[in-house]
Amino acid sequence: MTLGAPSHERAAGRYRVAVVGAGPSGFYAAEALLRSGRTVDVDMFERLPVPYGLVRFGVAPDHPKLKQVTRVFDRIAEMPGFRFFGGVEIGGVVTIGALRSCYHAVILATGAPVGRLMDIPGEGLSGSYQAGDFVAWYNGHPDFRHLRFDLDAEQAVIIGHGNVALDVARILAKTPDELRHTDIAAHAQEALAASQVREIYLVGRRGPDQTRFAAKELQEFAELADCDPVVDLDGFAEIALGVVTPAPGPDSEAEAVLAMLREFATHQNTKRRRCVFLFNLAPLGIEGDMRVRQMSFSRGVAQRPLILDCGLVFSSIGRRAAPVGGIPYDETRGIHANIGGRLAIAGSVLPGVYVCGWGKRGPQGTIGTNRACSVETVGNLLADLSQLDEPPGQPDSLFAGKSIRRFVDYPAWTRIDAEEVARGGAKGKPREKFIAIDEMFAAAGGGVAC
Amino acid sequence: MPYVVTDLCAGCRYTECVSVCPVECFHIDDSMTYIDPTNCIDCGGCVPVCPVGAIKAAHKLPADKLEWIEINRRRAAETPVVTSRLPPLPGADERKAMILR
Repeated sequence: MTLGAPSHERAAGRYRVAVVGAGPSGFYAAEALLRSGRTVDVDMFERLPVPYGLVRFGVAPDHPKLKQVTRVFDRIAEMPGFRFFGGVEIGGVVTIGALRSCYHAVILATGAPVGRLMDIPGEGLSGSYQAGDFVAWYNGHPDFRHLRFDLDAEQAVIIGHGNVALDVARILAKTPDELRHTDIAAHAQEALAASQVREIYLVGRRGPDQTRFAAKELQEFAELADCDPVVDLDGFAEIALGVVTPAPGPDSEAEAVLAMLREFATHQNTKRRRCVFLFNLAPLGIEGDMRVRQMSFSRGVAQRPLILDCGLVFSSIGRRAAPVGGIPYDETRGIHANIGGRLAIAGSVLPGVYVCGWGKRGPQGTIGTNRACSVETVGNLLADLSQLDEPPGQPDSLFAGKSIRRFVDYPAWTRIDAEEVARGGAKGKPREKFIAIDEMFAAAGGGVAC
Repeated sequence: MPYVVTDLCAGCRYTECVSVCPVECFHIDDSMTYIDPTNCIDCGGCVPVCPVGAIKAAHKLPADKLEWIEINRRRAAETPVVTSRLPPLPGADERKAMILR
């Protein structure tokens, strides 16, 4: 940062900002920059050849309407001053330091990819997985396509009461017909069609009034073709079973969730599969020899532990940002330490590098929450802009002498997109994703040579 | 199943909904906001952030509010998109206190 009097907006030349990560928060940050009226160019770098982050690899395949948000991202990508570099990993051959030497500012929009551990015995047994890995697998993420899940088990336990846990449960609960016309990855579609899972336990540490479920997502469990939602009334012991009057205001979502769980408690069980919601249970351990056989939970003092027989465990208790060398990290919250999106150590701000999205505020909110989040970060970046150092390098020099030979620009991505949609159309699916990096580049016509 | 802004918004117009809408489907006039049903992607993100609980899923509207589905459709076509949060209307906080009482 240049000390002394702030320089004026430069008459010649333009400001350059690098956005790392092509998920929702990265796109909304790009949009805020390009709409700011300042002379800013934005280069977006994405490790994978394809954009959209968790909209492609997180949003469940049976939620196609949510994926229509990609139309907004495509519109942002068309704004003058925007460039996309897909298939270029920052932190690998090209470092954040190298980016900083070519851009006035760098925004990390790299999310919270690391699943939190339960830190209990047996967590490493075969059959015990991170929910996020399962999600990435059924969504065709190239890094997770080789995973195998023990779907020959009849009981599955999911730990955590958030919307990712609901996604995992719902995908396990759905019939092949319910998934047939989604963009689920072919390998997952095939494996799930042979699944023996009949009982799905959704286990939370806290009570039914303290879940992180969205009422809308919970509602879907009342409408499954071959799975009944089951609620254990024991968990309601401390909550009056009176008539719920949803009140407007911040608590109305929790009230709506509670009302729905009460409705589930009166539900008749007639279907082949059951999804059982359990509350106030703290994980103690996972037992088994070679693979998961059962899981035990504490029910509180003076009560025997609860044992659930199961061959599958999915942990969905939160995610954190991946620590990056040289970037301050808040261990407690699992985010890049920041104040309003400016990186910060012990209350003082490090100018030039910014953060938005889940890496800034943790894994919470809906897709649109990222918009407000990125707008805030970009507001602070723009306030700093005239005082940031002039970078010595040019983006064109980033790949010089590096092993990166090719990347996917936005026109190349639209070719991959068209190919995926065509492949899906032949099967009655909205798209059949490419799941290997090489396939993606091939569909992109080889990509753009550096 | 689009989401619908009901008349509970009129007179407050807090626009918290606008800042979290991923697709900018909110429109605005002098008294309230409206959701463009053709752009809404049903994420539901706006529902819990409304300070007065004015936004509902269309299929959950009580009978006396069903007309708001059509009103949202019509007014969204007649009014401009709002892309960022605005100050609430004068008297919004007092009105909210009445509604939540």
